[in-house]
Amino acid sequence: MAGLGFACLLLALGICAYGIAASIYGVRAGRPEFSDSGRRAVYALAGVLTVAFVVLELAFLRNDFAFNTVADTSSRTTPLQYRAAAVWSSQEGSLLLWAWLLSLWASAALFLVRRRMRDVASYAQAVLLGFGGFFVALMIFYADPFATTRPAPPEGAGLDPLLRFPTMMIHPPMLYSGYTLCTIPFAFAVGALLARRVDADWIKAIRRFAFAGWLFLGIGILLGARWSYSELGWGGYWGWDAVENASLMPWLTATAFMHSLMIQEKRGMLKVWNVSLVLATGTLAIMGTFLVRSGVLNSIHAFGGATLGVPFVCLIGLLIGGSIYLVVSRREMLRSENRLDSLLSREAMFLVNNLVLVGLCFVIFWGTYFPLISEAVTGHESSVGPPWFDRYTVPLALILVLLSGIGPVIAWRRATLAHARRNFLAPAMVALATAVALLAAGLGHKPLAVTMFCCAAFVFASVGQEFVRGTRARRAMAGESAPVALLALVRRNRRRYGGYIVHLGIAVLFIGVAASSSFQHATELQLRPGQSTKVGAYTVRYARPTASITPKYDRAHTGSTLALGALLDVSKNGRHVATLNPSQGYYASQEAGQGTVGSLIGGQPVSHVAIDGGVTRDVWSAISPEIEAPALKRIVEAGNRTLGPDQAPIALLYLVRSYLKSPPPANFHFIVSPLVMWIWVGGVIVFIGGLIAVWPAPSTIRARAAARARVPRRLVRA
Amino acid sequence: MAVVITLCTLALLALVVLVVSAPLRAQAERRAGGGEELDGEAGAAGEDEEREQDSEGRAQEREQLEVARETKYREIRDAELDYRTGKLSERDYRELDAELRAEALEILDALETEGATPTDASAARSRSRRTGPRRRPSSG
Repeated sequence: MAGLGFACLLLALGICAYGIAASIYGVRAGRPEFSDSGRRAVYALAGVLTVAFVVLELAFLRNDFAFNTVADTSSRTTPLQYRAAAVWSSQEGSLLLWAWLLSLWASAALFLVRRRMRDVASYAQAVLLGFGGFFVALMIFYADPFATTRPAPPEGAGLDPLLRFPTMMIHPPMLYSGYTLCTIPFAFAVGALLARRVDADWIKAIRRFAFAGWLFLGIGILLGARWSYSELGWGGYWGWDAVENASLMPWLTATAFMHSLMIQEKRGMLKVWNVSLVLATGTLAIMGTFLVRSGVLNSIHAFGGATLGVPFVCLIGLLIGGSIYLVVSRREMLRSENRLDSLLSREAMFLVNNLVLVGLCFVIFWGTYFPLISEAVTGHESSVGPPWFDRYTVPLALILVLLSGIGPVIAWRRATLAHARRNFLAPAMVALATAVALLAAGLGHKPLAVTMFCCAAFVFASVGQEFVRGTRARRAMAGESAPVALLALVRRNRRRYGGYIVHLGIAVLFIGVAASSSFQHATELQLRPGQSTKVGAYTVRYARPTASITPKYDRAHTGSTLALGALLDVSKNGRHVATLNPSQGYYASQEAGQGTVGSLIGGQPVSHVAIDGGVTRDVWSAISPEIEAPALKRIVEAGNRTLGPDQAPIALLYLVRSYLKSPPPANFHFIVSPLVMWIWVGGVIVFIGGLIAVWPAPSTIRARAAARARVPRRLVRA
Repeated sequence: MAVVITLCTLALLALVVLVVSAPLRAQAERRAGGGEELDGEAGAAGEDEEREQDSEGRAQEREQLEVARETKYREIRDAELDYRTGKLSERDYRELDAELRAEALEILDALETEGATPTDASAARSRSRRTGPRRRPSSG
C-alpha cells in the first residue's frame, strides 16, 4: 500500500505542474477551457491527496510498522484515537496533512467562484497549485511519508506522551486549516494584481476565506495554549515560544485585514494597505510552517531532524520578492477613491487599530527572529525571552482593547464632537468606577492589570450601550418586544453586532490573561505525606501517595508504564475546596543499556498535571516524585540483575508497593491563578461572534433590506 | 499486491485525466459539431468569439456594479442605524443619507445602462418565493 501512497504523490506533482501551465495558458491566451481544466486539476489534486491520506491513516490504524512514520510515532499500545491522530505528529505526516487541507480548501474556494472572475481565479489556481506542488515535492524528495523498512519491526516507538491529550488531536488540523486558508486570499490577491482587477469583486470573493483562516488559526492557537497549560507541566499557557509566535503573527495581520477590508468596501480606500496585509498574512503563514520544520529556532513544537530549511527559504524569498514587485508595479490602480472624511470617525479608529495590530506583529516578529538576526549581524546567537515580549506587547494590547470599545460608539464617515462626548460618557464612567473599585480593593500595585480591567469595563459598557440603543431603536420602528427586537437587530445587522460580540470576547479573554498573569500565586517545594503549605489564601496538604502501572489502569490512556503521584487536599479558611491528584508518568525506553526493568520506565517522564478549575480561580499542581530515591533505585537495580524481559514487569509491582508504603519526598509545583477560565470562555465568545458576523443573511431578509433601502428617485431628485 | 497497486494507480490516473480533460474535450466537440468552416464562416466564428468576450466583459462589469450596489445599500442602512443609536445628529444623518442615496442612484443608473434592472429583478425573485395562492376575500 505504501507504493500506492507514493504513486499518489507522483501523480499529485504531475497534476500541479499541468494545472499551473493550463491555468496560465488559459488566461493569457483567452482559452477558458484551459482555465477550467486548471480548476479541475485542483479538484483532482484534492482527490488524489485524499487517497494518499487514507492510505497513511489506514497504515496507522492497522499498525503497519513497515511504514517508517508509523514505526516512529505509533505502537500497538497507543490508544486508537491517538493512533488516528498520530498521522500528523511526524514531519512527513504533517506535510501530507498540510497539502491535503490546502487542496480541499482551494477546491472549495474555486468551486464557489467558478462562474465569476475567471481571469483572477485562473491566476489564483496557478498560485494554489504552486503551493500544493511545493509541499508534494518536499514529500517526494525530502520527507516521504510512505518510506518503508523491510522486514517491518514488530512494534513501534509509540506516540510522544506529550501529544496524548485530546486537544492535541485537533490542534494541528485546526492550525493547518488556518494556515492553508490564509493562502487562499493570498492567491486571489496575486491573481487580482496580475489580472489588473483590483475591484470590489475579488474582495467579496475572499472575504469568507480570510475570515475562515482567521477563525481556524484562532481556534488552533487557543487549543495550543490550553495544551500548554494542561499538559506541559510549567503552569503557563503562553511562553512566547517561536512556534506559538509564528501562528500569532498571521492571525494579527488577518485581524487587521478583517477591519480595513470594511473601509475598502465602503469607501474604496486603503487598497494598497489591504493588498499588502493579505500578501503578508499568506507569507507569514508559510513562514510559520517553515519555523516548525527548519530547525533554525528552538521550540518544543519543532519537528526534529529538520532538512527543509533551504527549500522553504527559497519559497519565502519568492513570496516576499514577488509580493513587493506586484504591489509596486500596480500602485496606480490601487489608488484610494476617497479620502478620510474625519479623524473622529470609525474609519480613523479602524486605521489606528490596524497600526496597533501591525505594530504588535512587528514586535513579535523581531523578538522571534532575533536569534537569527543577531547571529547574522554579530556572529553570536542571542535570544529574547518572555520579559522582553511582555514589555512591548502589553502596552499595545491595552491600546487594542481600548480601541475595541471606542470603535462601536463612533459613526462611520464623521461624528460630531458633541455626539461623541455623549456616547463616550457612560462607558467612561463605568471604566472610572471600575478603577476606583479596584484601587479601593488594594490592587493598585499592579497598574497594568488594573488598566486592562478598566479598558475591558469600557468595552463591556460601550458594547452593552450599543445593544441597548439598537434594541430600543428597533422597538420604536417595529413595535416588537425587547427580546424579539434584539434578535431581529442582530439578524439584520450580523456583521456589526457579530463584530461587537467578538470585541466582548477579546475583552473577556484579556481579563483572564491580565488576572492570571498579575495575581498568580506560585510556589515550588518539597513535601512528605502529611505535610502542608500555603499558596496564597489556600492550604495544600499532601494526603497520601498514589501509583498505577500499565495502560490498562491508566484512565487517561497516556500509555505510561508506571505513574507515581500524590493526593492533595486543598482548603481555604478551613473549608475543603478540592482534591488534586497530580502524577508523573514513566514510559518505556528504546535506549540500550538500561536493563530489563530500567527500559520499562527509562523513557522521557511526563507530568500529568492536576487542575481544579473554577469561575474565580484555578488551582494547578504538578509533581516530580523522587524516582531515584535509594529504596526505589535498589528495586530497579535488583530487577535489572535478576529478571528477564518477560518477568521485568514484576519489579514494577515492587516499585509501587515500596512507593506507597514509604513514599520519598516529592517536589511539587503549586499555582493558584485567578480567572484563567475566562481566557477559554473569551475565546468561545470570539468564535461565536465571528460566526454571527460572517453568517450569510437569508435571501428574504436581503431582498427586504434592499427594498427598504431602495432609493426613491423622486425624493432625491426633488 | 504489486499488481493491485499498479491497477489502482492506473485507474486513478485514468480518472484524473478524464476529470481534468473534460473542458478540453467539450470545447473540441463544440468545434467539431460546428462542421467545416468556410472562409466566411471562419470570420463569423471569429466575430462570435469577440461577442463572447465582450459579453463576458459586460458580465464582469455588471457583477462589479451589483457588488457596489449591495455595499451602498449596506452603507445606507448603517447610516440609519448610526442615527437611531445616537451616533449622528439629525442634520448630519440627512446630509449623509442624501449623499449615499445619490451615490446609489449613480450605481443603479449604471446598472440599467448595462441592461439589468436590479430592483425589478430582486423584487421579482422575492415575489416568486412566496408559496401558495393568495385567497381572495369572499364577497357575500
